Amino acid sequence: MQQLVIESGRSEKNYWTDLWRYRELFYILAWRDISVRYKQTAIGVIWAVLRPFLAMLIFTVVFGRLAKMPSNGIPYPILVFAAMLPWQFFATALSEAGLSMVANTNLVSKVYFPRLIIPAGAVITSLVDFAVSAALLAFLMIGFNYLPDWRVLTLPFFTVLAFLAALGPGILITALNVKYRDFRLVVPFIVQFGLFISPVGFSIDVIPEQWRLLYSLNPMVGVINGFRWALCRGGTGDFYMSGFILSLAVIVLLLMVGIWYFRRTEKGFADVI
Amino acid sequence: MSETVISIENVSKKYTLRHKKSGEAYTTLRDVIARQAAAPFKALAQKVSSRNRSNGSHPEGSGSPYSQNSVEDFWALKGVSLEINQGDVVGFIGRNGAGKSTLLKILSRITEPTEGRITISGRVASLLEVGTGFHQELTGRENVYLNGAILGMSRAEIKAKFDEIVAFAAVEQFLDTPVKRYSSGMYVRLAFAVAAHLEPEILIVDEVLAVGDVEFQKKCLGKMQDVATSGRTVLFVSHNMQAISVLCNRGVFLRSGSVQYVGGAKEAIDKYIDSYAQADAQHDNPDRRYGSGEYRYTLAAPEQPVYEGTDEKVISFEIERRGKLVGRMWLCALIRDAKGAVIVQYDSRVLGFWVEDSPRVKGQIRFTTPWLKPGSYRVDLSLGAAWTMDYWEGACSLTISPVLPYPTSSVPDASAHGLVFGDFSWEASDANDEFVSGGIVATSG
Repeated sequence: MQQLVIESGRSEKNYWTDLWRYRELFYILAWRDISVRYKQTAIGVIWAVLRPFLAMLIFTVVFGRLAKMPSNGIPYPILVFAAMLPWQFFATALSEAGLSMVANTNLVSKVYFPRLIIPAGAVITSLVDFAVSAALLAFLMIGFNYLPDWRVLTLPFFTVLAFLAALGPGILITALNVKYRDFRLVVPFIVQFGLFISPVGFSIDVIPEQWRLLYSLNPMVGVINGFRWALCRGGTGDFYMSGFILSLAVIVLLLMVGIWYFRRTEKGFADVI
Repeated sequence: MSETVISIENVSKKYTLRHKKSGEAYTTLRDVIARQAAAPFKALAQKVSSRNRSNGSHPEGSGSPYSQNSVEDFWALKGVSLEINQGDVVGFIGRNGAGKSTLLKILSRITEPTEGRITISGRVASLLEVGTGFHQELTGRENVYLNGAILGMSRAEIKAKFDEIVAFAAVEQFLDTPVKRYSSGMYVRLAFAVAAHLEPEILIVDEVLAVGDVEFQKKCLGKMQDVATSGRTVLFVSHNMQAISVLCNRGVFLRSGSVQYVGGAKEAIDKYIDSYAQADAQHDNPDRRYGSGEYRYTLAAPEQPVYEGTDEKVISFEIERRGKLVGRMWLCALIRDAKGAVIVQYDSRVLGFWVEDSPRVKGQIRFTTPWLKPGSYRVDLSLGAAWTMDYWEGACSLTISPVLPYPTSSVPDASAHGLVFGDFSWEASDANDEFVSGGIVATSG
């Protein structure tokens, strides 16, 4: 029979096998959050489609018509939507993940399971919205008669990247939020601020050349560029590779820092939450 | 054959209490930054006033910047060592705050021990609260899956046992209604039903019997008995001594974080009840008791060490005036059984009896009814005027001998129920008004 040793400071070698054993919990928690969202609503699931649709509409009007950002021949709504897709996913995933530990206080203090499941489950919940928005984009493309080329096959890769980009900071913030409740205010700020400094309403070409590398420290720059490249037949201009690599590095770094900090403080959550 | 499945070696758990002068419940970055910024100034001030520090609270570290808050180490568990074998049903008993739930939390891996080491062989499932993870908006059906998954059952397992679970909870009709519409009884039945169908090697249960009505408690006890007899190891925390003595073969008595006794369940319960009486007898610094303190009881003792149920019991007391003069006061005695339930209240107010002021007062309370059942009782004494001036919990204890006040007492069930004995008679006649009763004339006393 497998023996388990509990001791102060002992990092569990079987944490990752434990995560696998509790894998169903990822699905169950995500399912719970999604089911609950539309309970007792009048138009229910239609919200899932309406929200991204309205957001796209507003963006098109604001950035396309009013701000008159250039679009190099790609229909403006599609250019915006292709960037909004990963951005919305990132924003909701980060918000949900960042607050997930505290939102599940009752679970943390009464049941054992590897705590990483909680923020990860929150990010998975956002994937569902992502899927709905992606379907909406598909309709939009058909409507504008602008279909993507072979590059769209790389989309899953960029999706995973977006997932990781949200997961890293999400895990870090949620662990910090357990002890320092300030962080619940940090998240909406990042999301609001980030919307304007990420190339959602505009493309990276607008940024002067010398600043582009620095600009790519924002991990979503790489992700959004990737999405645009995959969906809009190569996007506007060449694919900015060095920026992409930098963004990639930042994503990996944030993920590692997030997981490291989370694992370090995890055992004390039940005492502090 | 009986191998050790849980081995607890010298486990301790420390919590650090921070006594804040100004109170936010949660640490904010702002506090931390403010503290760090004020650090050099605080350190200076502290060095100057350090000779005025006293008692068990101590400033965090030496020369620490955090001197505006005092910090106390609270050991919820200290040096607990224990071995539990396969198939044991172990009851953990002790007063509130003894460390039972903390120990169970550590065993369930919810929190970490500060010192010591635990080795566990086998799959553990914990039931520390009924309805963990239940979401109000989801239906009963959905919550069964949710709760089951959270407790560690796989979807396939839940599906297989779904009908059993619902039948146990008796909520078939309401399966598709959101749980927020359930009555509290239904809620608790459903929650327990899911947990009751867990099949781990080691089951940890924390006081879940405290919720729910008598019906529910009986059902729970029954189910737990099934689990216990099926050879699983069960760790059970409860204040319900009856449940413990029925279910458990071994008992652990904890007090203030350390193990006072490990052994058979019945022996542990006895030790617990004894300590209860002892501890209260030591609580006799009158000024630390509840009450405004103009007058305090200084002495309380029964005239005889043991009484029979039907005797007139006499308790002598003395009262001293400690504060300002108050015209006259009432006296009251509460008799509590071993479980803490109040059996009867003897209050001088209903007799129209008042005690006039005097620097020292001696007196007695005498009572014969109700006839107390054999066992140990605690007496709470209080006195007051328009408000309570003294409340002495556990002022003394009363022991009633096991002699029953009835002619025939060979059938235990005939006198097992109820909190007290009474003076009664039975009479029966048939339609023609002729006596049909047999045996001894049916009157007690």
